[in-house]
Amino acid sequence: MSVQQVIEKKLTRAFLPEYLQVLNESHRHSVPANSETHFKVTLVSNQFLNQRPVARHQSVFRVLADELKAGVHALALHTFTIDEWAEKGNAPDSPPCRGGSK
Amino acid sequence: METIEIIKDQIENNTIILYMKGSPEQPQCGFSAQATQALMACGERFAYVDILQNPDIRATLPGYANWPTFPQLYIKGELVGGCDIIVELYEKGELAVMIKEAAEPKSESK
Repeated sequence: MSVQQVIEKKLTRAFLPEYLQVLNESHRHSVPANSETHFKVTLVSNQFLNQRPVARHQSVFRVLADELKAGVHALALHTFTIDEWAEKGNAPDSPPCRGGSK
Repeated sequence: METIEIIKDQIENNTIILYMKGSPEQPQCGFSAQATQALMACGERFAYVDILQNPDIRATLPGYANWPTFPQLYIKGELVGGCDIIVELYEKGELAVMIKEAAEPKSESK
């Protein structure tokens, strides 16, 4: 299973998301082709109700702790409750790489 | 001093501090660049630590903060978040309020 699939599976199990998108953005960074190092996650779940952003992100980091230890180097995270997502409806683009090595 | 003590000291003694890759003038990563841009737009001075120049801090801070990636912004001793949260707060206008409030000199009590 690819890292991307593992991330999808773990987040689905942990957050029962209304919407989940995991994008591999590694090709935009200074890493070898076909790397799985940079991901962008958009996650919509009402488990985030009444949670501050920092706590939301930390709960995602906990679920993906093994992947983050094993080589996932950047994780852009956009977390919404169902109402917030209805209002906003999209996640912002990730910034371009600046070439700094890992 | 142990790395963890250095980190605690930095976070305690700098009201606004950003752990980042590179410097605000020359960020070495897109996420750090975006975070510094948002912070600089708030118009107050802030401290920063280049974790590429400080491998011990880079290795130690994620465990201490329960936050695996960089940048990381701390205001008044508290972790605010990484790039995504910084930009989100900035766009909502909340970051400027937090920064201004933190940068205000402590009012002198009589």
